[in-house]
Amino acid sequence: MSAVTAPVADRALMTYVLRLADTALVLAQRLSAWIGHSPAIEEDLGCANIALDLLGQARLLYAYAGELEGAGRTEDDFAYLREECDFLNATMAELPNGDFGQTIVRQCLLDLWRLELFERLTQSTDVRLAQIAAKAVKEIRYHVRYSSGWLVRLGDGTDESHQRVAKALTTLWPYVTEWFAEDAMEQALTERGVAPSVAAVQVGFETRLAPILRDATLTRPVDVDYRWFGKRSQHSEHLGHLLADLQSLHRAHPGAQW
Amino acid sequence: MWAVLRAVPDPEIPVLSLWDLGVIREVSVRGRDVVVGITPTYSGCPATAVIKSDVAEALQQAGYVAQVHDVLSPPWSSAWITPEGCEKLRAYGIAPPEFPVGRVAALLGEEVTPACPRCASRQTELLSEFGSTPCKALHRCCACQEPFDRFKCI
Repeated sequence: MSAVTAPVADRALMTYVLRLADTALVLAQRLSAWIGHSPAIEEDLGCANIALDLLGQARLLYAYAGELEGAGRTEDDFAYLREECDFLNATMAELPNGDFGQTIVRQCLLDLWRLELFERLTQSTDVRLAQIAAKAVKEIRYHVRYSSGWLVRLGDGTDESHQRVAKALTTLWPYVTEWFAEDAMEQALTERGVAPSVAAVQVGFETRLAPILRDATLTRPVDVDYRWFGKRSQHSEHLGHLLADLQSLHRAHPGAQW
Repeated sequence: MWAVLRAVPDPEIPVLSLWDLGVIREVSVRGRDVVVGITPTYSGCPATAVIKSDVAEALQQAGYVAQVHDVLSPPWSSAWITPEGCEKLRAYGIAPPEFPVGRVAALLGEEVTPACPRCASRQTELLSEFGSTPCKALHRCCACQEPFDRFKCI
């Protein structure tokens, strides 16, 4: 089943909504893997609660994508019955957790980007998207407290913790590029006032990130060329494995409910 | 009908009614037909589905034909918990949400240190940003040493 076979009145908007939904779902799946494995029970709670918020945001967005498509697909259809090549999440969300430091770096970068993006989406000319964003933004703001707090503790912590998050930042930074590489579809949506300007989101992201990196005694890495574009279905090798896990129950027992 | 609606408890914190929680956003009544709009506290809160069916069931048992739907906007804030609800929470051992007084403090994002629901001391510290449900964080009282839940301020 492909995301783009049905004749959809506003395919650009539907694709945009799916990008937001897939990023939230995939990141929720990654974070959930920490449950029972976190350094402390508070971090189990933190990762689980953030994952739960992300899952809720994904559900609201999938439900809207289904309505935009008008072909009767539900949240579950989008989450469980699409292939890797149909997923449109930002690549960073699918990258492995690594150690807790790497998870925190990934979370902080994604939280800051999503906060800037969703704050601006509350002004979208698309009413439904603006409403979902207004709901999500309150949750993301809280997530930033957690992830940025940990990034500062680890970066400005011991030599070992500093070295680990510094390495993770260098590893993950190339995947930031994708967020700010505007494509024609995003540009068209920005002109309609549906999506915020990618350039403005980038400025906001950098402004939010700079003081956190300073407090964490970390240096912003230099931008490098980037190979994957998850938002255009060009994923790393990790997404397939993640989906195999996420979708296995539904594939073994189609339509299972409890 | 209002008495029935006001009495439905929250499934996770039963001391609080859904009315106190501030999630019932719209009610329209036409004879025995009642339409209720409910807003979720957190988008991923697993209690949302239970809340909706509890409301529908309570109204149906009282002889009404109930229809319950989601209201997404404006998004729920813990500031919508009623003053009575806050008192019930405190008595139950959960520190209610408190917001800074004055617009400047609110704009600056200042936070109020919660008072211990047991001994009322303000000498408390945050243990965990997240707690047993999406709506709560975990704190500890430095005066009486008891840990306690606090409603997150969002």
